[in-house]
Amino acid sequence: MRVSLFITCYNDALFPETGKAVVSVLERLGHEIEFRPEQTCCGQMHWNTGYLREAIPIIRHFVRVYQDAEAVVIPSSSCVSMMRDHYLKAAEMDGDAKLVADVDSLLPRIYEFSEFLVRKLGVEDVGATYPHKVTYHASCHSMRSLHLGDIPIRLLKNVRGLDLQPIQNIQECCGFGGTFAIKNADVSSAMLADKVRTVLNTGAEVCTAVDNSCLMHIYGSLHRQRTYVRTAHLAEILASGSQTESPSA
Amino acid sequence: MPEERNHRSVILASIRLSLGAAQPPASIAAEYAAVPRTYAQSSTLSRHALLELFTDRLLEYDAGVYHRTAEAIPATIAEILTSRGKQGLAIPAGLPSEWLPASFTFTEADRFDVYQIDKTQGILTACTVAIAETGSIVLQNAEAQGPRILSLVPDYHLCVVFADQVVATVPEAFTRLEATSTLPTTFISGPSATADIEMTRIKGVHGPRFFDVILVEQA
Amino acid sequence: MSETPIHEVQVHETQWHTRDFPTAAKDLLQDSQTRKNVQHATNVIQAKRNKVVDELPDWQDLREAGSQVRAHVLRHLDHYLTQFEENCTRAGGHVHWASDAAEANRIILGLVQQHQAKEVIKIKTMTSEEVGLNAHLEAHGISPIETDLAELIIQLGKDRPSHFVAPALHVNKAQVRAMFQREMNLPDLGPEPEDLATAARNYLREKYMRIKVAISGGNFLIADSGGLCILESEGNGRMCLTLPDVLISIVGIEKVIPSFRDLEIFLQTLPRSATGERMNPYNSTWCGVHPGDGPKEFHVVLLDNGRSPILADKEASQTLKCIRCAACLNACPVYHQTGGHAYESVYAGPIGAILTPQLQSMKEGRSLPYASSLCGACYEVCPVKINIPEILIHLRGKVVREDQTTLAGKFSLWNIGMQAAAFLFKDSSRLELAEHMGQIGQKVLVSKNGFIEWMPLMLSGWTQTRDLKAMPAQSFRDWWAKEKAPAAKRQSENNPNA
Repeated sequence: MRVSLFITCYNDALFPETGKAVVSVLERLGHEIEFRPEQTCCGQMHWNTGYLREAIPIIRHFVRVYQDAEAVVIPSSSCVSMMRDHYLKAAEMDGDAKLVADVDSLLPRIYEFSEFLVRKLGVEDVGATYPHKVTYHASCHSMRSLHLGDIPIRLLKNVRGLDLQPIQNIQECCGFGGTFAIKNADVSSAMLADKVRTVLNTGAEVCTAVDNSCLMHIYGSLHRQRTYVRTAHLAEILASGSQTESPSA
Repeated sequence: MPEERNHRSVILASIRLSLGAAQPPASIAAEYAAVPRTYAQSSTLSRHALLELFTDRLLEYDAGVYHRTAEAIPATIAEILTSRGKQGLAIPAGLPSEWLPASFTFTEADRFDVYQIDKTQGILTACTVAIAETGSIVLQNAEAQGPRILSLVPDYHLCVVFADQVVATVPEAFTRLEATSTLPTTFISGPSATADIEMTRIKGVHGPRFFDVILVEQA
Repeated sequence: MSETPIHEVQVHETQWHTRDFPTAAKDLLQDSQTRKNVQHATNVIQAKRNKVVDELPDWQDLREAGSQVRAHVLRHLDHYLTQFEENCTRAGGHVHWASDAAEANRIILGLVQQHQAKEVIKIKTMTSEEVGLNAHLEAHGISPIETDLAELIIQLGKDRPSHFVAPALHVNKAQVRAMFQREMNLPDLGPEPEDLATAARNYLREKYMRIKVAISGGNFLIADSGGLCILESEGNGRMCLTLPDVLISIVGIEKVIPSFRDLEIFLQTLPRSATGERMNPYNSTWCGVHPGDGPKEFHVVLLDNGRSPILADKEASQTLKCIRCAACLNACPVYHQTGGHAYESVYAGPIGAILTPQLQSMKEGRSLPYASSLCGACYEVCPVKINIPEILIHLRGKVVREDQTTLAGKFSLWNIGMQAAAFLFKDSSRLELAEHMGQIGQKVLVSKNGFIEWMPLMLSGWTQTRDLKAMPAQSFRDWWAKEKAPAAKRQSENNPNA
């Protein structure tokens, strides 16, 4: 399958290693990856902050770039959620019947990375080795919008040498929430404090998730507190072991 | 009152303005009838399991539960009153006299004022329907159940529930209640409680703190 | 027990809407006692709620049916309200209509004065808080006496409710005890919740028996029978509904349901959602007046107060499906941290964040739609499936559009920043340029260890408590262009049919 990678705006600038890991895993599984350089952003930052009209050209651009893609894989459940939950409404809001039709046609070909592996490719073991104690943080979008269920856990359980520690209060938001982290920085920090406490209580060295937005938030505190715990996107763990790999942080 | 008529028109007009053209009642009724009700209407519990579940729920509420046949009602009432140190109870009009044991005093209290009811040792009633899943007993203003004040003000309530009055689910109870939906109705599910202080459930704030049920199974 | 003194004329200004959410929240985050109380209470209810919900295999069916019944009613609200009015009147009730808070207060005051009552007993009703009824009555020399234990605690503590099912959950038993000792004149009061409940029982019992006028709210108005339904736990509701001569119920117009039968849905979903019980201790339904049973005179005041315009908003009208279970408050990770007072309105938590601004026609509470990380926990637990995150975004859209019509809004840092970002995101070459500029520009902020520990202006909100890893020197797209694209290009040139 020819898989088109949508890296996401923030991964592109801040977490390129995640993108490289996605490429590595999918190539290892025998798929061809393409990267369309015209890509920019899914529009969720604008949409979620209430800049609805401003989001529409960004959405239209995304749809145009990927219109003919066979499959679009995205290492970010929040971006996929934006597309599944809001793209049709945005297109309708704009009164653009063609955009509505294009969105409708594209949506079934959009996948979050871990759901692509398990639900589309039927793969739960990607041949990875990662001999570390790891805990998994379930991002809100992955749970409540994408209903990933235990897909990431199943993938992690097949990683050789990985010691998976369950986290308490998995359902509670880490407090990032996009611009919420700035607009309501105090509450965001309070929520983060609780989340970090549950991470530290697992005794894990690494906290992973399918969203770097949450991980950026969580790591921001782990690092500020000078703990030894680091974060790594699920893709990077799954890419490990097939080559000499050092953790991203 | 002209003031009020004005507000009524204002509100109805505002609603109409928000909603657009009104639909005819027949169409509204059809839309209502089309609401999917796929929730459980009844259950597959056997009669025996049903009554056991009901009993368990009552016991969770710290109610006393006495399984007896109909003939044993007076003796059971006598037994319960003795164990609770009571000499008699208030009763609503229409309570079957054959239920009442001799050597205890039962006074019809439908016309009592609140101070008189407050002084009684307790109240004995029947019920309309009971729900096993939730441990609820439903009283209405009907024969042998009385006005609402009777099962509210006394500190003790003894209720006679017949096994065929017990249904499994809330929807089944509403099937039974639909015909008398305009009567004053009270669902009682355990003694009064509050969790307003640190989420600790405390029993007996207002309303009867002590509750017994005679669950009558036809022999 | 001494007579309750008549209050001096002292209008309690319900101090809502004085601070925006971030400001109020920052303040409340300092209050560790309240935070602890809130966390404890919400954790307890959540655990109980999850247990009793998991027991029901048809929970999702109940949610769907409940959602559809409520949505149906809202689409035909005037039809059902007039049906209710007709049936309630036929049963001997008096139906009053109040388009705003002032009218509701005027009607209720008038009724109380008509009966020359100097005291009224009240069942907890947030609707009366919404209109400021207590203050209005007190200003006219009438003492409203709260009979719900939590509302009694709030009243005696001269406090404000922070949760509409458990209004005093921000208060702990030691605080309650101190308050009761003082206000009920019980210096030897024991410390346990049982002692406090007994004190409340004794304090209130004589009032129930003596006071002739009661005021309540209503959980549901039932159109086909003209009846009301009230759910409660303590029995104070039954006392107020049954013992007095006169009952006045103030109920929001959106609370109507088509049929008595529909209670079979809500009496399953509301208790499980609100207090985590299979059924709350007492539910009462009645129609109008019934000779020899309960009040001789019954009045219901139908309150609009900003609700009817909400029906016009196709996206947000689902807000009015709410049955006030407060499950969204208990599930909300933001509410967990701040408690209800941070929302500075009668309705707190996720539902408050969408209802309050809409009731105020978006003039007040404009920071409330942003008081959320959009985690979706509220939508997951809502028994009538209100899509709160969607409505939050919709209301944020309204706030932004309105702000953009003002000079201050148009030239605010946020708007400029977002417009600039939108410009970049429309074209990848612009985005690349911005990334390159960022990689250079950040050097000023990056410390020796490769992290950014301080950022200016609003971004300082991040660095207050969090470090930020510096942008890597090479973005993904630059890496791809350098490492992968040439190979991919070569491959497609060698295999034109691939």
